[in-house]
Amino acid sequence: MTLFYGTELSSRLMLGTAQYPSPEILADAVRRAGAGVVTVSLRREAAGARAGQAFWELIRGLDVPVLPNTAGCHTVREAVTTAQMAREVFGTDWIKLEVIGESDTLQPDMFALVEAARILVEDGFNVFPYMTEDLVGAERLLRAGCEVLMPWGAPIGSGKGLNNLFGLRALRAHFPDVPMVVDAGIGVPSHAAQAMELGYDAVLINTAVAKAGNPAEMARAFAMAVEAGRMAYIADPMEERDMAVPSTPVIGQAVL
Amino acid sequence: MQILVNGERHDVQATTLSALLDEMGYDATTRIATAVDGCFVAASKRTALPLHAGVQVEILAPMQGG
Repeated sequence: MTLFYGTELSSRLMLGTAQYPSPEILADAVRRAGAGVVTVSLRREAAGARAGQAFWELIRGLDVPVLPNTAGCHTVREAVTTAQMAREVFGTDWIKLEVIGESDTLQPDMFALVEAARILVEDGFNVFPYMTEDLVGAERLLRAGCEVLMPWGAPIGSGKGLNNLFGLRALRAHFPDVPMVVDAGIGVPSHAAQAMELGYDAVLINTAVAKAGNPAEMARAFAMAVEAGRMAYIADPMEERDMAVPSTPVIGQAVL
Repeated sequence: MQILVNGERHDVQATTLSALLDEMGYDATTRIATAVDGCFVAASKRTALPLHAGVQVEILAPMQGG
């Protein structure tokens, strides 16, 4: 089983907790997914409002490891401070590091990401960098001390699936021993299965489950797709060919 | 003095970060993290952290995330 910073997860499906119709439906989706990790965040809250505390109680009740994120951060400083705040609130050294460089696509800023990762690794964090599938950037992140990589499949929330199969394949091939998670852009279970068939170690999904007509049922569908994709990868799929090859033996065929 | 808390202007009596949290109604059971002028301030450092007029305080709580 893949280790993420020395921890073996109970499932290769990581699930985001945002945008669900209700806390009950979120909890149901997490249970049906059998999620190995749930992602969480930090936001401003007035003293009187208890939404954050209620959310914290809900998450604690799920008994699933949490992966806090730095969503919405656009600079190294914002991301580093947010990570430090998240570590205290959620009590974990794990951080999904997001430093956004472009607003329309929410594309990671790889330069700022590497710098923020370096600072956080030195500060004792276990960094899960949300990145593009850039090989050079991946090398820099590993050199900065990241032991996990999280390339995007497509822009966050787009549901477009794996936009750059070549790039994701190349990244997997270049760093065969690095735990890697496809994060963002996955829309339907077949996209998740495809990521797993490529040899990725896990997938992280949020919108595709939260915005489904039936989130809990979709969570289950993703769990099955992740398992199927992983099994297929281990079973070593056949090679694709351009031309037909008969599957029924031609020797011994009657001449009629 | 006037300070900014989560982007809003407040007139407060508190002169330390922990006193500010008390004044604003956060109790010891509230799970929050704090930053002052963009720098993280650990819970253990809040008592000793002085505030001055115009300082920017961020108080963050757990929230849904993707």
